[in-house]
Amino acid sequence: MSKVRLLVGTRKGAFILNSDGTRKSWDVQGPLFPGWEIYHLKGSPVDPDRLYASQSSGWFGQVMQRSSDAGKTWETVGNQFLYEGEVGPHTWYDGSPHPYEFKRVWHLEPSLDDADSVYAGAEDAALFQSKDAGTSWAELPGIRTHKTASGWAPGAGGLCLHTIIIDPTDHDRIFIAISAAGAFRSDDAGKTWRAINHGLRSNHIPDPDAEVGHCVHRLAMHPSKPKTLYMQKHWDVMRTDDGGENWREVSGNLPTDFGFVVDVNANDPETVYVLPITSDSHHFVPDGKLRVYRSKTGGDDWEALTKGLPQKDCYVNVLRDAMAVDGLDPSGIYFGTSGGQVYASADDGDSWKAVVRDLPAVLSVEVQTLS
Amino acid sequence: MIQVVLPRNLQSLAGTGRTVELDVSGQVTQRSVLDALEARYPALLGTIRDPGTKRRRPMLRFFACEEDHSDDPIDAPLPQEVVAGNEPYLILGAIAGG
Repeated sequence: MSKVRLLVGTRKGAFILNSDGTRKSWDVQGPLFPGWEIYHLKGSPVDPDRLYASQSSGWFGQVMQRSSDAGKTWETVGNQFLYEGEVGPHTWYDGSPHPYEFKRVWHLEPSLDDADSVYAGAEDAALFQSKDAGTSWAELPGIRTHKTASGWAPGAGGLCLHTIIIDPTDHDRIFIAISAAGAFRSDDAGKTWRAINHGLRSNHIPDPDAEVGHCVHRLAMHPSKPKTLYMQKHWDVMRTDDGGENWREVSGNLPTDFGFVVDVNANDPETVYVLPITSDSHHFVPDGKLRVYRSKTGGDDWEALTKGLPQKDCYVNVLRDAMAVDGLDPSGIYFGTSGGQVYASADDGDSWKAVVRDLPAVLSVEVQTLS
Repeated sequence: MIQVVLPRNLQSLAGTGRTVELDVSGQVTQRSVLDALEARYPALLGTIRDPGTKRRRPMLRFFACEEDHSDDPIDAPLPQEVVAGNEPYLILGAIAGG
Protein backbone atom coordinates (compact mmCIF):
# COMPACT_ATOMS: atom_id res chain seq x y z
CA MET A 1 0.00 0.00 0.00
CA SER A 2 1.14 3.54 -0.65
CA LYS A 3 2.43 5.67 2.18
CA VAL A 4 2.44 9.39 2.73
CA ARG A 5 5.03 11.44 4.58
CA LEU A 6 4.41 15.02 5.64
CA LEU A 7 7.37 17.33 6.24
CA VAL A 8 6.35 20.21 8.47
CA GLY A 9 8.56 23.21 9.21
CA THR A 10 7.66 25.41 12.17
CA ARG A 11 8.94 28.41 14.09
CA LYS A 12 10.50 26.09 16.66
CA GLY A 13 11.54 22.93 14.89
CA ALA A 14 10.51 20.37 12.29
CA PHE A 15 8.08 17.47 12.41
CA ILE A 16 7.66 14.42 10.19
CA LEU A 17 4.23 12.80 10.04
CA ASN A 18 3.74 9.38 8.48
CA SER A 19 0.59 7.61 7.40
CA ASP A 20 -0.43 4.80 5.09
CA GLY A 21 -2.42 5.49 1.95
CA THR A 22 -5.70 5.70 3.82
CA ARG A 23 -4.36 8.83 5.52
CA LYS A 24 -6.53 8.18 8.56
CA SER A 25 -3.97 7.89 11.34
CA TRP A 26 -0.61 9.57 11.62
CA ASP A 27 2.61 8.92 13.46
CA VAL A 28 4.28 12.14 14.58
CA GLN A 29 8.08 12.40 14.79
CA GLY A 30 9.68 15.49 16.30
CA PRO A 31 10.50 18.11 17.16
CA LEU A 32 13.61 17.91 15.07
CA PHE A 33 16.05 20.80 15.51
CA PRO A 34 14.04 22.14 18.48
CA GLY A 35 14.19 25.86 19.02
CA TRP A 36 15.21 26.65 15.44
CA GLU A 37 13.07 28.10 12.67
CA ILE A 38 12.62 25.54 9.92
CA TYR A 39 11.48 27.51 6.92
CA HIS A 40 11.30 24.51 4.62
CA LEU A 41 12.02 20.79 4.26
CA LYS A 42 11.73 18.90 1.04
CA GLY A 43 12.51 15.41 -0.24
CA SER A 44 14.17 14.43 -3.47
CA PRO A 45 11.80 13.00 -6.08
CA VAL A 46 14.69 10.77 -7.21
CA ASP A 47 15.44 9.34 -3.77
CA PRO A 48 12.57 9.98 -1.33
CA ASP A 49 14.77 9.12 1.65
CA ARG A 50 16.99 12.07 0.80
CA LEU A 51 15.63 15.10 2.63
CA TYR A 52 16.93 18.64 2.86
CA ALA A 53 16.03 21.15 5.55
CA SER A 54 16.64 24.86 5.96
CA GLN A 55 17.30 25.62 9.63
CA SER A 56 17.81 29.19 10.74
CA SER A 57 17.81 31.53 13.67
CA GLY A 58 18.06 35.25 14.21
CA TRP A 59 20.89 34.52 16.64
CA PHE A 60 22.87 31.84 14.85
CA GLY A 61 22.18 32.37 11.15
CA GLN A 62 21.65 29.73 8.52
CA VAL A 63 22.25 26.00 8.96
CA MET A 64 21.49 23.39 6.34
CA GLN A 65 20.59 19.80 7.17
CA ARG A 66 20.52 16.66 5.06
CA SER A 67 19.07 13.26 5.78
CA SER A 68 19.67 10.10 3.77
CA ASP A 69 17.31 7.89 5.75
CA ALA A 70 13.97 9.68 5.53
CA GLY A 71 14.65 11.90 8.50
CA LYS A 72 15.74 9.32 11.05
CA THR A 73 19.20 10.89 11.22
CA TRP A 74 20.50 14.22 9.98
CA GLU A 75 23.85 15.81 9.29
CA THR A 76 24.74 19.45 8.94
CA VAL A 77 26.01 20.37 5.50
CA GLY A 78 27.31 23.56 3.93
CA ASN A 79 25.89 26.89 5.04
CA GLN A 80 28.06 29.29 3.08
CA PHE A 81 25.76 31.24 0.80
CA LEU A 82 27.98 33.85 -0.77
CA TYR A 83 26.76 36.18 -3.47
CA GLU A 84 28.92 35.94 -6.56
CA GLY A 85 30.87 38.90 -7.80
CA GLU A 86 30.11 42.50 -7.02
CA VAL A 87 27.05 42.76 -4.81
CA GLY A 88 24.92 45.71 -5.78
CA PRO A 89 22.01 47.25 -3.95
CA HIS A 90 18.30 46.65 -4.02
CA THR A 91 15.75 49.25 -3.00
CA TRP A 92 14.92 49.63 0.68
CA TYR A 93 11.45 50.32 2.08
CA ASP A 94 12.10 54.06 2.03
CA GLY A 95 13.31 54.00 -1.57
CA SER A 96 17.00 54.28 -0.76
CA PRO A 97 19.61 51.86 -2.13
CA HIS A 98 20.33 49.02 0.29
CA PRO A 99 23.11 46.46 -0.07
CA TYR A 100 22.19 42.85 -0.64
CA GLU A 101 22.75 40.73 2.46
CA PHE A 102 22.12 37.01 2.80
CA LYS A 103 19.67 36.29 5.60
CA ARG A 104 18.16 32.83 5.19
CA VAL A 105 16.96 30.12 2.82
CA TRP A 106 13.21 30.20 2.36
CA HIS A 107 12.69 27.34 -0.05
CA LEU A 108 14.50 24.21 -1.18
CA GLU A 109 13.75 22.57 -4.51
CA PRO A 110 15.53 19.27 -5.14
CA SER A 111 16.38 18.41 -8.74
CA LEU A 112 14.01 16.18 -10.67
CA ASP A 113 16.83 13.90 -11.85
CA ASP A 114 19.68 13.98 -9.32
CA ALA A 115 19.25 13.46 -5.58
CA ASP A 116 22.49 15.35 -4.90
CA SER A 117 21.35 18.46 -6.73
CA VAL A 118 19.12 21.00 -5.04
CA TYR A 119 18.17 24.65 -5.52
CA ALA A 120 17.80 27.10 -2.65
CA GLY A 121 15.80 30.31 -2.76
CA ALA A 122 17.22 32.94 -0.45
CA GLU A 123 16.55 36.25 1.24
CA ASP A 124 17.87 38.73 0.07
CA ALA A 125 16.56 37.45 -3.23
CA ALA A 126 18.98 35.04 -4.83
CA LEU A 127 19.07 31.52 -6.20
CA PHE A 128 21.72 29.05 -5.11
CA GLN A 129 22.43 25.51 -6.25
CA SER A 130 24.26 22.61 -4.69
CA LYS A 131 25.39 19.68 -6.82
CA ASP A 132 27.00 17.78 -3.96
CA ALA A 133 24.03 17.12 -1.69
CA GLY A 134 24.27 20.43 0.11
CA THR A 135 27.97 20.29 0.95
CA SER A 136 28.66 23.43 -1.04
CA TRP A 137 26.47 26.09 -2.62
CA ALA A 138 27.05 28.32 -5.62
CA GLU A 139 24.92 31.25 -6.61
CA LEU A 140 23.22 31.35 -10.00
CA PRO A 141 23.64 35.12 -10.16
CA GLY A 142 21.53 35.75 -13.23
CA ILE A 143 18.44 36.52 -11.22
CA ARG A 144 20.06 38.80 -8.64
CA THR A 145 21.79 40.71 -11.43
CA HIS A 146 18.63 40.98 -13.54
CA LYS A 147 18.36 44.42 -15.18
CA THR A 148 15.47 45.30 -12.86
CA ALA A 149 17.00 44.00 -9.62
CA SER A 150 18.23 47.30 -8.24
CA GLY A 151 14.61 48.44 -8.16
CA TRP A 152 13.25 45.48 -6.23
CA ALA A 153 12.02 46.31 -2.75
CA PRO A 154 11.20 43.82 0.00
CA GLY A 155 7.71 42.91 1.08
CA ALA A 156 6.94 42.91 4.79
CA GLY A 157 8.50 39.44 5.06
CA GLY A 158 11.71 40.48 3.37
CA LEU A 159 13.10 40.39 -0.17
CA CYS A 160 12.73 36.65 -0.47
CA LEU A 161 12.95 34.21 -3.35
CA HIS A 162 10.32 31.83 -2.06
CA THR A 163 9.01 29.76 -4.96
CA ILE A 164 10.98 27.51 -7.30
CA ILE A 165 9.23 25.29 -9.85
CA ILE A 166 11.08 23.11 -12.33
CA ASP A 167 9.21 22.24 -15.53
CA PRO A 168 9.00 18.42 -15.52
CA THR A 169 9.05 18.33 -19.33
CA ASP A 170 12.07 20.63 -19.69
CA HIS A 171 14.37 20.72 -16.68
CA ASP A 172 16.13 23.82 -18.00
CA ARG A 173 12.90 25.77 -17.61
CA ILE A 174 12.54 27.13 -14.09
CA PHE A 175 9.94 29.45 -12.64
CA ILE A 176 10.63 31.49 -9.53
CA ALA A 177 8.84 34.17 -7.56
CA ILE A 178 10.19 36.95 -5.39
CA SER A 179 8.38 39.21 -2.95
CA ALA A 180 8.05 41.96 -3.95
CA ALA A 181 9.56 41.75 -7.41
CA GLY A 182 7.33 39.29 -9.22
CA ALA A 183 7.59 36.09 -11.22
CA PHE A 184 10.52 35.18 -13.44
CA ARG A 185 11.31 32.38 -15.86
CA SER A 186 14.58 30.89 -17.01
CA ASP A 187 14.84 28.69 -20.09
CA ASP A 188 18.52 27.91 -19.63
CA ALA A 189 18.71 26.26 -16.20
CA GLY A 190 18.92 29.48 -14.26
CA LYS A 191 21.61 31.33 -16.18
CA THR A 192 19.35 34.08 -17.54
CA TRP A 193 15.89 35.22 -16.51
CA ARG A 194 13.04 37.26 -17.82
CA ALA A 195 10.26 38.87 -15.85
CA ILE A 196 6.90 37.24 -16.59
CA ASN A 197 4.41 39.61 -15.03
CA HIS A 198 2.35 40.82 -17.97
CA GLY A 199 -1.26 41.10 -16.91
CA LEU A 200 -0.61 41.57 -13.20
CA ARG A 201 -2.17 44.64 -11.64
CA SER A 202 -0.96 45.85 -8.26
CA ASN A 203 -2.46 48.85 -6.53
CA HIS A 204 0.78 49.69 -4.74
CA ILE A 205 2.52 50.31 -8.09
CA PRO A 206 1.59 53.53 -9.89
CA ASP A 207 2.39 52.10 -13.34
CA PRO A 208 -0.35 49.59 -14.23
CA ASP A 209 1.98 47.91 -16.71
CA ALA A 210 4.99 47.68 -14.41
CA GLU A 211 7.34 44.89 -15.42
CA VAL A 212 8.37 44.19 -11.82
CA GLY A 213 7.42 45.22 -8.30
CA HIS A 214 4.53 42.78 -7.92
CA CYS A 215 4.19 40.96 -4.62
CA VAL A 216 3.75 37.40 -5.83
CA HIS A 217 3.06 35.13 -2.88
CA ARG A 218 3.09 31.71 -4.52
CA LEU A 219 3.02 29.86 -7.84
CA ALA A 220 1.70 26.36 -8.53
CA MET A 221 1.83 24.06 -11.54
CA HIS A 222 0.38 20.68 -12.42
CA PRO A 223 3.12 18.51 -13.94
CA SER A 224 0.92 17.40 -16.84
CA LYS A 225 0.24 20.97 -17.92
CA PRO A 226 3.46 22.90 -17.38
CA LYS A 227 2.48 25.99 -19.37
CA THR A 228 -0.40 26.62 -17.00
CA LEU A 229 0.53 28.20 -13.70
CA TYR A 230 -1.60 29.57 -10.94
CA MET A 231 -0.53 32.49 -8.79
CA GLN A 232 -1.65 33.78 -5.44
CA LYS A 233 -0.56 37.37 -5.58
CA HIS A 234 -0.68 39.71 -2.59
CA TRP A 235 -4.16 40.49 -3.86
CA ASP A 236 -5.61 38.54 -6.81
CA VAL A 237 -5.50 34.91 -7.87
CA MET A 238 -4.05 34.72 -11.37
CA ARG A 239 -3.58 32.16 -14.13
CA THR A 240 -1.36 31.83 -17.18
CA ASP A 241 -1.63 29.29 -19.98
CA ASP A 242 1.46 30.30 -21.89
CA GLY A 243 4.26 29.82 -19.40
CA GLY A 244 3.87 33.22 -17.83
CA GLU A 245 3.77 35.38 -20.97
CA ASN A 246 0.29 36.59 -20.05
CA TRP A 247 -1.70 36.37 -16.84
CA ARG A 248 -5.40 36.83 -16.23
CA GLU A 249 -7.25 37.18 -12.98
CA VAL A 250 -9.34 34.19 -11.87
CA SER A 251 -10.33 35.41 -8.39
CA GLY A 252 -14.00 35.15 -9.40
CA ASN A 253 -16.33 34.74 -6.43
CA LEU A 254 -13.70 34.39 -3.68
CA PRO A 255 -14.69 36.22 -0.48
CA THR A 256 -11.31 37.97 -0.60
CA ASP A 257 -8.53 37.44 -3.08
CA PHE A 258 -5.72 38.12 -0.60
CA GLY A 259 -3.88 35.02 0.51
CA PHE A 260 -0.63 33.12 0.42
CA VAL A 261 -1.09 29.52 -0.76
CA VAL A 262 -2.24 28.06 -4.05
CA ASP A 263 -1.98 24.45 -5.17
CA VAL A 264 -3.32 22.08 -7.81
CA ASN A 265 -5.03 18.71 -7.42
CA ALA A 266 -2.74 15.83 -8.39
CA ASN A 267 -5.33 14.23 -10.64
CA ASP A 268 -6.88 17.22 -12.36
CA PRO A 269 -4.89 20.22 -13.55
CA GLU A 270 -8.04 22.34 -13.53
CA THR A 271 -8.83 21.73 -9.85
CA VAL A 272 -7.15 24.44 -7.80
CA TYR A 273 -7.06 25.30 -4.10
CA VAL A 274 -6.54 28.63 -2.35
CA LEU A 275 -7.09 29.75 1.22
CA PRO A 276 -8.32 33.33 1.36
CA ILE A 277 -6.99 35.57 4.12
CA THR A 278 -8.90 38.70 5.14
CA SER A 279 -6.38 41.31 4.01
CA ASP A 280 -2.78 42.40 4.18
CA SER A 281 -3.50 44.19 7.44
CA HIS A 282 -5.58 41.35 8.89
CA HIS A 283 -3.49 38.24 8.44
CA PHE A 284 -6.24 35.84 9.50
CA VAL A 285 -9.09 34.07 7.75
CA PRO A 286 -12.31 36.05 7.10
CA ASP A 287 -15.27 35.95 9.46
CA GLY A 288 -13.59 33.59 11.93
CA LYS A 289 -14.08 30.71 9.48
CA LEU A 290 -11.28 28.52 8.15
CA ARG A 291 -12.26 27.79 4.56
CA VAL A 292 -10.30 26.30 1.72
CA TYR A 293 -11.69 27.35 -1.64
CA ARG A 294 -11.64 24.93 -4.56
CA SER A 295 -12.21 25.63 -8.21
CA LYS A 296 -12.83 22.73 -10.57
CA THR A 297 -12.75 25.04 -13.55
CA GLY A 298 -9.24 26.37 -13.28
CA GLY A 299 -10.37 29.46 -11.41
CA ASP A 300 -13.17 32.04 -11.54
CA ASP A 301 -15.77 29.72 -9.99
CA TRP A 302 -14.89 28.77 -6.40
CA GLU A 303 -16.61 26.69 -3.74
CA ALA A 304 -15.94 26.84 -0.01
CA LEU A 305 -14.69 23.63 1.61
CA THR A 306 -15.60 23.69 5.28
CA LYS A 307 -16.39 20.17 6.48
CA GLY A 308 -14.16 19.43 9.46
CA LEU A 309 -12.66 22.93 9.57
CA PRO A 310 -13.50 25.42 12.35
CA GLN A 311 -16.30 27.76 11.29
CA LYS A 312 -16.35 29.94 14.38
CA ASP A 313 -13.79 32.00 16.30
CA CYS A 314 -10.88 30.96 14.10
CA TYR A 315 -8.24 33.60 13.35
CA VAL A 316 -5.22 31.77 11.97
CA ASN A 317 -3.06 32.48 8.95
CA VAL A 318 -1.66 30.01 6.42
CA LEU A 319 1.73 30.96 4.97
CA ARG A 320 2.87 30.59 1.37
CA ASP A 321 4.75 27.30 1.66
CA ALA A 322 2.25 25.70 4.02
CA MET A 323 -0.01 23.82 1.60
CA ALA A 324 0.80 20.60 -0.25
CA VAL A 325 -0.97 18.00 -2.39
CA ASP A 326 -0.11 14.30 -2.46
CA GLY A 327 -0.13 12.11 -5.55
CA LEU A 328 -2.82 9.63 -4.54
CA ASP A 329 -6.31 9.35 -5.98
CA PRO A 330 -8.32 10.98 -4.54
CA SER A 331 -5.78 13.68 -3.80
CA GLY A 332 -4.71 14.38 -0.27
CA ILE A 333 -4.57 18.09 0.49
CA TYR A 334 -2.64 19.40 3.52
CA PHE A 335 -2.05 22.77 5.11
CA GLY A 336 -0.56 24.12 8.30
CA THR A 337 -1.59 27.21 10.23
CA SER A 338 -0.05 29.92 12.34
CA GLY A 339 -1.91 28.30 15.24
CA GLY A 340 0.06 25.07 14.90
CA GLN A 341 -2.63 22.90 13.34
CA VAL A 342 -1.96 20.71 10.33
CA TYR A 343 -5.17 19.81 8.51
CA ALA A 344 -5.48 16.96 6.04
CA SER A 345 -8.10 15.94 3.53
CA ALA A 346 -7.99 12.50 1.92
CA ASP A 347 -10.85 13.21 -0.48
CA ASP A 348 -9.83 16.11 -2.72
CA GLY A 349 -10.77 18.61 -0.03
CA ASP A 350 -14.36 17.51 0.56
CA SER A 351 -13.66 16.88 4.25
CA TRP A 352 -10.86 17.74 6.64
CA LYS A 353 -9.35 16.57 9.87
CA ALA A 354 -6.65 18.04 12.09
CA VAL A 355 -3.68 15.69 12.01
CA VAL A 356 -2.01 17.64 14.81
CA ARG A 357 -3.35 20.66 16.66
CA ASP A 358 -0.69 22.14 18.85
CA LEU A 359 2.58 22.48 17.00
CA PRO A 360 4.52 25.75 16.92
CA ALA A 361 3.38 28.12 14.17
CA VAL A 362 3.68 26.29 10.86
CA LEU A 363 5.93 27.78 8.20
CA SER A 364 5.84 25.05 5.57
CA VAL A 365 4.19 21.75 4.66
CA GLU A 366 5.46 19.35 2.05
CA VAL A 367 4.18 15.87 1.26
CA GLN A 368 5.88 12.83 -0.20
CA THR A 369 3.84 10.08 -1.81
CA LEU A 370 5.70 6.81 -1.28
CA SER A 371 5.04 3.52 -3.01
CA MET B 1 42.43 23.04 28.21
CA ILE B 2 40.24 25.99 27.34
CA GLN B 3 36.66 25.66 28.53
CA VAL B 4 33.96 27.10 26.28
CA VAL B 5 30.33 27.39 27.35
CA LEU B 6 27.85 27.19 24.48
CA PRO B 7 24.27 28.43 24.30
CA ARG B 8 21.59 25.75 24.28
CA ASN B 9 20.81 25.79 20.55
CA LEU B 10 24.47 25.37 19.66
CA GLN B 11 24.83 22.51 22.13
CA SER B 12 22.11 20.59 20.32
CA LEU B 13 23.51 21.50 16.93
CA ALA B 14 27.02 20.31 17.80
CA GLY B 15 25.88 17.40 19.93
CA THR B 16 27.73 18.59 23.01
CA GLY B 17 27.00 19.39 26.60
CA ARG B 18 27.01 22.89 28.04
CA THR B 19 30.81 23.07 28.23
CA VAL B 20 33.37 21.85 25.73
CA GLU B 21 37.09 21.63 26.33
CA LEU B 22 39.50 22.69 23.62
CA ASP B 23 43.20 22.32 23.16
CA VAL B 24 44.28 25.63 21.67
CA SER B 25 47.78 25.93 20.34
CA GLY B 26 49.72 29.19 20.39
CA GLN B 27 48.41 32.38 21.87
CA VAL B 28 44.91 32.06 23.28
CA THR B 29 42.78 34.72 21.67
CA GLN B 30 39.13 34.89 20.73
CA ARG B 31 40.10 34.06 17.17
CA SER B 32 42.18 31.02 18.11
CA VAL B 33 39.49 29.73 20.47
CA LEU B 34 36.75 30.14 17.89
CA ASP B 35 38.92 28.62 15.16
CA ALA B 36 39.57 25.60 17.40
CA LEU B 37 35.90 25.34 18.29
CA GLU B 38 34.80 25.34 14.65
CA ALA B 39 37.52 22.88 13.68
CA ARG B 40 36.37 20.44 16.36
CA TYR B 41 32.66 20.98 15.71
CA PRO B 42 32.19 21.87 12.03
CA ALA B 43 28.43 22.06 12.51
CA LEU B 44 29.08 25.36 14.29
CA LEU B 45 30.69 26.97 11.25
CA GLY B 46 28.84 30.16 10.46
CA THR B 47 26.65 30.10 13.55
CA ILE B 48 28.88 32.20 15.82
CA ARG B 49 30.71 34.22 13.18
CA ASP B 50 29.46 35.21 9.77
CA PRO B 51 30.96 32.64 7.38
CA GLY B 52 32.09 35.31 4.95
CA THR B 53 33.29 38.20 7.08
CA LYS B 54 34.10 36.15 10.22
CA ARG B 55 32.50 38.92 12.27
CA ARG B 56 30.59 38.05 15.45
CA ARG B 57 26.92 37.55 14.82
CA PRO B 58 25.18 40.64 16.19
CA MET B 59 22.93 38.82 18.66
CA LEU B 60 25.77 36.88 20.33
CA ARG B 61 28.08 38.07 23.09
CA PHE B 62 31.41 36.77 24.36
CA PHE B 63 32.07 36.92 28.13
CA ALA B 64 35.01 35.85 30.27
CA CYS B 65 36.01 36.53 33.87
CA GLU B 66 32.95 38.71 34.41
CA GLU B 67 33.89 40.98 31.53
CA ASP B 68 32.24 41.49 28.14
CA HIS B 69 34.85 40.83 25.45
CA SER B 70 32.42 40.99 22.54
CA ASP B 71 33.89 44.11 21.02
CA ASP B 72 37.52 43.49 21.96
CA PRO B 73 40.04 43.04 19.14
CA ILE B 74 39.68 39.45 17.93
CA ASP B 75 43.43 38.81 18.31
CA ALA B 76 43.79 40.26 21.80
CA PRO B 77 44.94 37.70 24.39
CA LEU B 78 42.18 36.30 26.59
CA PRO B 79 42.55 36.54 30.40
CA GLN B 80 45.08 34.22 32.02
CA GLU B 81 42.34 32.51 34.02
CA VAL B 82 40.74 31.41 30.72
CA VAL B 83 44.09 30.30 29.33
CA ALA B 84 44.70 28.27 32.48
CA GLY B 85 41.30 26.63 32.19
CA ASN B 86 40.11 28.02 35.52
CA GLU B 87 37.45 30.25 33.99
CA PRO B 88 35.29 29.50 30.94
CA TYR B 89 34.93 31.53 27.79
CA LEU B 90 31.18 32.05 27.44
CA ILE B 91 29.26 32.40 24.20
CA LEU B 92 25.81 33.79 24.92
CA GLY B 93 22.74 34.49 22.87
CA ALA B 94 21.21 37.90 23.46
CA ILE B 95 18.02 37.99 25.48
CA ALA B 96 15.38 38.72 22.87
CA GLY B 97 12.10 37.54 21.51
CA GLY B 98 9.64 38.53 24.24
